[in-house]
Amino acid sequence: MAGSYRISGQGRLTPAKTARFTFDGKAMTGLAGDTVASALLANGVHLVGRSFKYHRPRGILSAGAEEPNALVTVERDAARKTPNVRATVQELYDGLTVNSQNRWPSLSFDVGAVNDLASPFFSAGFYYKTFMWPKAAWHKFYEPNIRAAAGLGVAPDQPDPDHYAAHYAHCEVLVLGGGAAGIAAALAAAETGVRVILCDEQAEFGGALRFEKGAVIDGQDGWSWAQGAVATLAAMDNVTVLSRTTAFGYYAQNFVGLVERVTDHLARPGRDEPRERLWQVRAKRVVIATGAIERHMVFANNDRPGVMLASAARTFLNHYGVVVGKNVGVYTANDSAYAAAIDLKKAGVGVAAIVDLRDNPAGPLVDEARALGIEVNHGRAVTSANGSQRIKSMTVQAKGGGAERTIAVDALLMSAGWTPSVHMFSQSRGKVAFDDATKRFLPGTYAQDCVSIGACNGSDSLEDTVAQALEAGANAARDAGAKSSKGVALKVEASEGWTGGMLGAGPGAGAGTTVKAFVDFQNDVTAKDIRQAVHEGMRSIEHIKRFTTNGMATDQGKTSNMHGLAIAAEALDKQIPQVGLTTFRAPYTPVTFGAIVNHARHGLFDPTRKTPTHSWAESHGAVFEDVGQWKRAWYFPRAGEDMHAAVDRECVTVRKSAGLFDASTLGKIEVVGPDAAKFMELLYTNPWEKLEVGRCRYGIMLREDGFIYDDGVVGRLAADRFHVTTTTGGAARVMNHMEDYLQTEFPNLDVWLTSISEHWAVIAVQGPNSRKIIEPLVEGIDMSDEAMPHMSVREGKICGVPTRLFRMSFTGDRGFEVNVPADYGRAVWEALWAEGQKHGACAYGTEAMHVLRAEKGYIIVGQDTDGTVTPNDAGLDWAVGKKKTDFVGIRGMMRPDLLAKGRKQLVGLKTKDPRTVLEEGAQIVENPKQAIPMKMIGHVTSSYWSANCDRSIALALVAGGRDRLGETLYVPMPDGVIEVEVTGAVFFDEKGDRLNG
Amino acid sequence: MLLIHCPYCEEERPELEFRNAGEAHIARSTNIAAESDEDFEKFFFIRSNPKGVIFERWRHIHGCARFFNVARDTITDRFLLTYKAGEPKPDIATLSSEAGPAAWANRPPDQLNEKPRAKRSTKGEA
Amino acid sequence: MAKLATATRSPALAGKSIGGQGVSLKVLEPAGRMSLRARPAAVAALSRALGVTLPQKSKTSAAKHGRFALWLGPDEWLVIDEAGADLLADCSSVKGLHSAVDVSHRNVGIAVAGPNAALVINAGCPQDLSLQAFPVGACSRTVLGKVEIVLLRTGEDAFRVECWRSFSDYVYGFLSEAARG
Repeated sequence: MAGSYRISGQGRLTPAKTARFTFDGKAMTGLAGDTVASALLANGVHLVGRSFKYHRPRGILSAGAEEPNALVTVERDAARKTPNVRATVQELYDGLTVNSQNRWPSLSFDVGAVNDLASPFFSAGFYYKTFMWPKAAWHKFYEPNIRAAAGLGVAPDQPDPDHYAAHYAHCEVLVLGGGAAGIAAALAAAETGVRVILCDEQAEFGGALRFEKGAVIDGQDGWSWAQGAVATLAAMDNVTVLSRTTAFGYYAQNFVGLVERVTDHLARPGRDEPRERLWQVRAKRVVIATGAIERHMVFANNDRPGVMLASAARTFLNHYGVVVGKNVGVYTANDSAYAAAIDLKKAGVGVAAIVDLRDNPAGPLVDEARALGIEVNHGRAVTSANGSQRIKSMTVQAKGGGAERTIAVDALLMSAGWTPSVHMFSQSRGKVAFDDATKRFLPGTYAQDCVSIGACNGSDSLEDTVAQALEAGANAARDAGAKSSKGVALKVEASEGWTGGMLGAGPGAGAGTTVKAFVDFQNDVTAKDIRQAVHEGMRSIEHIKRFTTNGMATDQGKTSNMHGLAIAAEALDKQIPQVGLTTFRAPYTPVTFGAIVNHARHGLFDPTRKTPTHSWAESHGAVFEDVGQWKRAWYFPRAGEDMHAAVDRECVTVRKSAGLFDASTLGKIEVVGPDAAKFMELLYTNPWEKLEVGRCRYGIMLREDGFIYDDGVVGRLAADRFHVTTTTGGAARVMNHMEDYLQTEFPNLDVWLTSISEHWAVIAVQGPNSRKIIEPLVEGIDMSDEAMPHMSVREGKICGVPTRLFRMSFTGDRGFEVNVPADYGRAVWEALWAEGQKHGACAYGTEAMHVLRAEKGYIIVGQDTDGTVTPNDAGLDWAVGKKKTDFVGIRGMMRPDLLAKGRKQLVGLKTKDPRTVLEEGAQIVENPKQAIPMKMIGHVTSSYWSANCDRSIALALVAGGRDRLGETLYVPMPDGVIEVEVTGAVFFDEKGDRLNG
Repeated sequence: MLLIHCPYCEEERPELEFRNAGEAHIARSTNIAAESDEDFEKFFFIRSNPKGVIFERWRHIHGCARFFNVARDTITDRFLLTYKAGEPKPDIATLSSEAGPAAWANRPPDQLNEKPRAKRSTKGEA
Repeated sequence: MAKLATATRSPALAGKSIGGQGVSLKVLEPAGRMSLRARPAAVAALSRALGVTLPQKSKTSAAKHGRFALWLGPDEWLVIDEAGADLLADCSSVKGLHSAVDVSHRNVGIAVAGPNAALVINAGCPQDLSLQAFPVGACSRTVLGKVEIVLLRTGEDAFRVECWRSFSDYVYGFLSEAARG
């Protein structure tokens, strides 16, 4: 057998299918179908981890997703190291490597366990109180040390090599949970033909049927029925069955997040298989069938390895064929633990005693236990579990006190009853209601189109559950639009029924004691901590939760919330409903970052946009810069050139001969319709009605507040057709801004907008030789100064393909922008390049473009403006149509503050030392000797070395700047104060002769 | 992710296709240049930011690209109604009379009171 | 003037294709494309001029002889001519109020085909792509991952994805990654 605690003839795994694994380096053998937890238990291992705060030895509490204790690290290789994996969820595969965590140097001897002895200092709220002083010590000392000591597992330090997938999915009926309830509901819904998705977090469907041996449905034992029913569902075209799939979040309008674990259980995952798959499901109806979670008993040292939930022990036996001890005790307030004792006893395990807190437990299970010869103690409590790294005995005492009796056990099974799993319902914003008779919160008021069925809805019998489920499934399908229904019938022939349960601390852990009776195992919260929180003045359950951290661990308080609430209610002397329940939040269980990020990694993290001539620039040595999502050629260094040398050469070459520049990223919008000019009048400050066809104009766009929003050159192609350009970064928002006004403020205008940004590649050819370079390639356009003056646009052909040829300049020299359909961009660029070579032209990048425009004082929106700059501030009053009565921003511009004296205005700055280049963003002051903080009167917006001017140049926004021409101002920097002279913004060819040069 | 009923596409579409565009029914003056400072302030800066029903503009930017108006409950995020740009502002009384968190779904106003049926067993409880 | 060599065309991702499990991706040949906007009164004349009836209902398209007209908005159509014909020329004689803009080079078309085609597109597209909700011929502007696309269902197991040229790397990469599973 794989492990000495595996019993032959028990469980559903195949003994021949063994799987080897290691735990903390020790080789062990389990069976295919085991979880790490069942395999460890089969090998007699109970001690699997150390607790979060006190480093107490911990074992395995549960057999499912609610596990707070048994957190381990699973390692496939150096990069695939997953910490905080629940041993009760991780399936075994051959070659699996598992390590315990939060211990040093070893699990059995852990230095951090000194925290347990020092625990009086670590009580509730201790972080908030203890590390307050000295303040500086927090970052340097306290926090790093606390983090190191109170950690869980260690995150891998290498990139995640796995890939993760995602799907949006739609269905009529989504069923959350694949126990008897979920399966029955899915059968009823699927039969109608509507799309059904059924998911369950376990590897196999069946839910509680995994351990409930007593169920018989349609003539089969419950588990076999479940497997058959799910196979039937999986074979239906309209059904998607997802195992190993956790519904972790329930969002607005029946939008539910599921995460499917695809390869974590495989020894050798396929190369293309995603590790996990995120399903974002939109369902017309959701059936919540999430079952119930067993609670532990709260008593002293209830966290000792070997102390576990009764249903877990039963699962390990009935499903995995593993006994959790040879001589077990049972401590319960609920019938269901009797079933565990009975199953174990029948499997040959010694049951030392059942200790039942109830005074008069009765019913068939109690009778059967007694009939089997098990000692049943009623009205008694276990007041302590004894032992350190494994329970050795339990101390039993009458409820009201009295003589103690110690009973030797090697495992203790406990049950305080079952908590309906209302997480998904609560996340859907449904309101839970407290059922006083059964002391549990159940779904109350629904907020979405969903329904809860089975144990999560308070059903305690399988007959009820199945009947509810069939009705709910059929109704959900019908409400979601199913046309017909034949109905599904299921016959429950035998089932188990349980009663009982208790909330809060048991005897011996009641008020006044300081024993460690754990409520929240994962965050090491004891009954005493919760009372202390109340004692220190916490009244709201939300405050108590945060002060004690009860329920705040990654297990979301699945086992602890109700106990914590009951203890708080008792301490507050209030009823539970008056204290209220904390909010359930997504995720239900931890979700990997990989699943959340899924495809959006590496090249798919964000689109990388490349222009049609990108490959040419690449092959010509361009260095690229990121401009939004675009890659733009920044400069083209030649051999031996650094950036500075390359940019200087490019700037000089453009003004001496010519340069080619890729301007394809500019936004371009075609404005078409009889009211096109009228629309342009409203969206731009400039006048457009009288712009002749074939001419261009530099336009400024404002927001309604009167500040500059965008700018660009606009060409009129026809009376009813404009070709508008925008800044690269503004392309999308300008289009949205224009559409907004067109659709909602000026809907009566007959005009339409179309983005043509990506239809046209744009090659700027600038410099005195620009015409000579283009002319030989052009057909049908007279490029003479007379026929095609500065600021004009012509349509024709270049290299045999259509072009919109603009004569315009962003350098101050004669210039053109050649628009060609994008797919021809590279070929036309190459043809222009070949022509350019004849004239000594160069290719230049965005850096030289910036310098050249700054030499002319041309602004870049977003660099020289910041959303608070008016056309007047920028010295662009000339571009505002003075006779216009309306355009966007006309009223905003007239606001008193925007007309006030002393506004920051765009000016030039020349450093007194021409070699000094200012830093962009540097602040400007009048008097550098004033006390700090100095009064700042402006800042540098653009600053470059200008090879053409043979000095540094800068643009700046300075308060009252245009009245300060000639003044000396100061730029204080860390290593000294720089003296500057305020000048006009034009540094080169002030008269503008070169536009026609 | 919300589902939003686009009045132009005449169906519910995922929120990812939409973009919020601020409060609705704030008309730009046809003679804006002559507006007083006070009126311009109201028009440009002042927004109602209510707790409860808000009228706001959305654009189906990655769909039909139309701007349209909605009435939305800022407490529940529920869309009470969506309607085309230019259509009159609906009567707030008919929209806010509905109580309870019946559904987040975009239902036509006449169906807003329908609640999903909640079922729960009372049998088998100790 | 000397005869000039005509510029050769370099479409984005030219000829790229991939065959995967249950799905294949293929970058489509360059096509003629027109963004057409029109007032209702012009729709009939434009339909006649184009030889394909402009659809009037949301999420629908019309196709004839390799020419597709996709409803994108209440007054907006994307017209695609697979043979690359001059669509603007066809509309030039129509008098009714409209706007025709050539966007042939703006978009790249990618064919996604195979039994898993819808599943693969749903990796990044949040719409319901079942045949009930998105039947053959259905089309929509929508999103794929982080970018906008136009989606047209050309067959039960076949879609045409149109995206802007500079987003084609991303879209093709996204679909390739999604095709892995």
